[in-house]
Amino acid sequence: MFVELNNLLNTTPDRAEQGKLTLLCDAKTDGSFLVHHFLSFYLKANCKVCFVALIQSFSHYSIVGQKLGVSLTMARERGQLVFLEGLKSAVDVVFQAQKEPHPLQFLREANAGNLKPLFEFVREALKPIDSGEARWTYPVLLVDDLSVLLSLGMGAVAVLDFIHYCRATVCWELKGNVVVLVHDSGDAEDEENDILLNGLSHQSHLILRAEGLATGFCRDVHGQLRILWRRPSQPTVHRDQSFTYQYKIQDKSVSFFAKGMSPAVL
Amino acid sequence: ELPAPLLDDKCKKEFDEDVYNHKTPESNIKMKIAWRYQLLPKMEIGPVSSSRFGHYYDASKRMPQELIEASNWHGFFLPEKISSTLKVEPCSLTPGYTKLLQFIQNIIYEEGFDGSNPQKKQRNILRIGIQNLGSPLWGDDICCAENGGNSHSLTKFLYVLRGLLRTSLSACIITMPTHLIQNKAIIARVTTLSDIVVGLESFIGSERETNPLYKDYHGLIHIRQIPRLNNLICDESDVKDLAFKLKRKLFTIEVDFIS
Repeated sequence: MFVELNNLLNTTPDRAEQGKLTLLCDAKTDGSFLVHHFLSFYLKANCKVCFVALIQSFSHYSIVGQKLGVSLTMARERGQLVFLEGLKSAVDVVFQAQKEPHPLQFLREANAGNLKPLFEFVREALKPIDSGEARWTYPVLLVDDLSVLLSLGMGAVAVLDFIHYCRATVCWELKGNVVVLVHDSGDAEDEENDILLNGLSHQSHLILRAEGLATGFCRDVHGQLRILWRRPSQPTVHRDQSFTYQYKIQDKSVSFFAKGMSPAVL
Repeated sequence: ELPAPLLDDKCKKEFDEDVYNHKTPESNIKMKIAWRYQLLPKMEIGPVSSSRFGHYYDASKRMPQELIEASNWHGFFLPEKISSTLKVEPCSLTPGYTKLLQFIQNIIYEEGFDGSNPQKKQRNILRIGIQNLGSPLWGDDICCAENGGNSHSLTKFLYVLRGLLRTSLSACIITMPTHLIQNKAIIARVTTLSDIVVGLESFIGSERETNPLYKDYHGLIHIRQIPRLNNLICDESDVKDLAFKLKRKLFTIEVDFIS
């Protein structure tokens, strides 16, 4: 996890809020560093994590995870991490008939209506075990990324339904958190993606939006991060709060600074 | 001799895979075709180092027939396969893409690129080249209509292909005539599903063709996307304006100081 980002979000693994939906969004840049942050953050918070990883392989997240101080392999072995490797599963589903319902079985169907099998998978992965002793703090669902589901033929409404069911179970019933990444396709006129992004924006407690710089490539500033609190925890503050920082991604960390305050400029 | 970089093994008019990588092939007619389209390579291995900058091949020479016959390569020409009895699992893609995926998966499995059969000879990488993906030649209609019935077929195909590449020792380069695709959303989705995306923009038919500043060049090269694989950072160059010229024996890319 990135300590500087924790500071900006005023949180640590020990005292993170529960029952929240966090939306990660990237526009004209790669926002995957945010996914790596939350994955390592919640593993360090001793949460039970279900990671629906649709766009990259396990080894990719694992190698980056090691740079951030977590071992995905060990987390998986001890039952803390349930990892759905979408790419590998897609190959299994498409080339072999499956005996049991598979979370990605909609790939075999011409007109897949919904993501119910995927939701069942998540619910099964995060359900509390009745051993009496609580081993993990709270459950977390992480999805990288939801836009891929649209490319695979699911409609925006089906994806929104899926998240709705996940929120009901993970956030409300189990007092856990949901973190999802959706791309902002900008002027690509991707209506379905716009519906998905807008729909999730309204439901999210926190939105982290990574944006490419309007002025183009810069070696010392890779982009800017907009943090939007939609329902801040203090009840006296009624308006949404928004902060913008610029950032630079390094090998094992990300540094943040106020606009125009990059160390390279000062 | 120069080690053969990824592109040079493709020299056939139809889609093919070339596993034989020891010798530097002498012909490369693929580059001529690629010039007219936008190019979307995927999972490209890093650039090969060499004592001289660049790679030198004579594109006017054809590959000797014996070399072709001695190489282990597989061709896939859809019109030949469309009525074949190749076993295909039901899938929601267009039949052309389904057969292509099955074909690739068969080779990966049969020749052990997924580690299933131990390879006896020296470990090799399966190079895959696909031309004109998305065109009507593959049975897809995204080049013909803005909102065709098969709008998800291409992106589903790319996703499953990505899965095959990630779970085997293989790499794939694809060309796609994106200038024919009217639906911008599809192009954006295709970009997201790829690792590396390079665009070739020809000056032919554009106002730049007659611009005296561009008279030495044939078009621009746009590096639209490079991956961050196994890493937080990526090796992004600060040179963004590249132009190319294609002559009979030379394809050069230069920094374009004009734009």
